[in-house]
Amino acid sequence: MQGLDFSVVTPYTDILLMGVWWTVVLTVTGAVISFFFGIFFAVAVLYAPKVIAYPIRFFMWLFMGTPLLLQLFLIYFGLSQIGINIPALAAGIIGLGLHFAVYNADVMRAGIVSVDVGQTEGARSIGFGRFQTLRYVVIPQAVRNTLPSIGNNLIVLLKESSLVSIIGIAELVHSAQLAISETFRPFEFYITVAALYYVLNLVLETGLRQVEKQVEVTR
Amino acid sequence: MDFPLMLRVFPFFVEAAWVTVQISVLSLLLGLVVAAVIASAKMSGSFVLRAFGSLYVSVFRGTPCLIQLFVLYFGGPQIGINLDPFAAGVIGLGLNIGAYMAESIRGGILGVDRGQVEAARTIGFSKLQTLRLVVLPQAARLMIRPLGVNAVGLIKGSALVSTISVVELTYTAQRFIGSTYKPFEIFGIAALLYMIIVYAVARAVDVLDRRYAIN
Repeated sequence: MQGLDFSVVTPYTDILLMGVWWTVVLTVTGAVISFFFGIFFAVAVLYAPKVIAYPIRFFMWLFMGTPLLLQLFLIYFGLSQIGINIPALAAGIIGLGLHFAVYNADVMRAGIVSVDVGQTEGARSIGFGRFQTLRYVVIPQAVRNTLPSIGNNLIVLLKESSLVSIIGIAELVHSAQLAISETFRPFEFYITVAALYYVLNLVLETGLRQVEKQVEVTR
Repeated sequence: MDFPLMLRVFPFFVEAAWVTVQISVLSLLLGLVVAAVIASAKMSGSFVLRAFGSLYVSVFRGTPCLIQLFVLYFGGPQIGINLDPFAAGVIGLGLNIGAYMAESIRGGILGVDRGQVEAARTIGFSKLQTLRLVVLPQAARLMIRPLGVNAVGLIKGSALVSTISVVELTYTAQRFIGSTYKPFEIFGIAALLYMIIVYAVARAVDVLDRRYAIN
C-alpha cells in the first residue's frame, strides 16, 4: 500500500485536457446524430410504409434490449468484417449516436402522438402538405414538449461516452489509462477523471436548465 | 450466418448469462439497501444527513459508472481495498444503482398525498406508525415502475464489469469476437440472451405495476 499523491497528475494535465476535448467532441457529435436520427426513427415508425417501419422498429427493440458496450463491439468489428474499415473514432460516434437515437426516438414518438390533432387538421386545411405539416407544425411542437427527456438522454450520453475508451478512442478515460500505464497510479488518475466528468456534467445540466427555461418563456 | 459455430459456442454463453444474472441480482439487492439508507438520509431532519445524501446522489449520478468501477477495482488496492473482479463488480454496480434507486424511492414517498399524513397524525398515529402503515404501503406502489426502470438499466449496465475481467455475457462476446472474427453471429447470441433477461424483467415490472397500481 502506497500513500496517495495527487501531484503525480500535474505533468499529465495536457493529456487529460486533450481527453476532455475528445469527450466533448464525442458527446456533441453523438448528440447531433442521436437527435436527428431520433426524429427520423420516430417519424418512420409512425408514418413510413411497413417495409421501412418494421425493420426500424426491430432495430429499436434490439438496441433497447442490449448494452451499449456490446453494440460498440458489433459496430467496430462488424463493419470491418463486411469490408467497411472505419477508424475507431467514427465507430464510436456512430455507436453512441445510434444507441441514443433509439432512446430519443422512443421519447419523440410519444411526443409526436401527443401533439393535438387540431394542429395537423389546421395545417392541412390551410394547404400544408403532409410532409410540410410534420416538418413545420408537428415536429417543432413535439421536440419542445419532449425537451426535458431529450436533455436527460444527453446527460446519460456524456457519461456513457466513457465506454468508447474500450475500443481505443483517446478520450478522457483512455488518456487517464495512458498516464496510469506510465505512473502506476490508478486511484489518483481515476479520481481526477471522475472530477472532470462531474464538472462537465454540471456544465451540461446548467446549460440544459437554461434552455428549458427559455423554451418555457417562449411557449 | 455461421450456425454451426453459434451452436458450438452457445453453452459458453448460457454460462456467462448466468453470471450476468448473478451480478445483476446481487447488485440490485445491495443497491436497494444503499437506496433505502440514502433516501432516508435525504429526507431526515438533520442537515448533515441531508447534505450527505445529496452529495452521494450527486457524485454517483454525476460521474460515469465505468470510472466508479475503475476507482474501486484498480484504485482500491492503493487505499487498502483488495477485491476480486466479481466482488468489485457487485459493489461498484450496487453503489451506483443505489444513487438512482434512492431518487426512485424518494419520489414514491413524496408522491403520497400530504393529506394522508395529516389525517393519520390527526387520528393519533405516531410519526413511525404513519410512515409504516400509511405512507410506505402507498409509496411502494408508486415505486414499482421507476425501480423497475432502474433494474432494467442495471442489467444492461452490468456489461461494464466485463472491463474489470468478470467473465459475463459481454466479456464472453468480446472474447469470441476476437477469436472467431464473427461479430454478427456472436452479437446475435449475446443479444438474444440479454433480451430474454431484459424483457422478462420489464414484463414482470409491467405485470406488477398493473396489479398494484393505484386507481
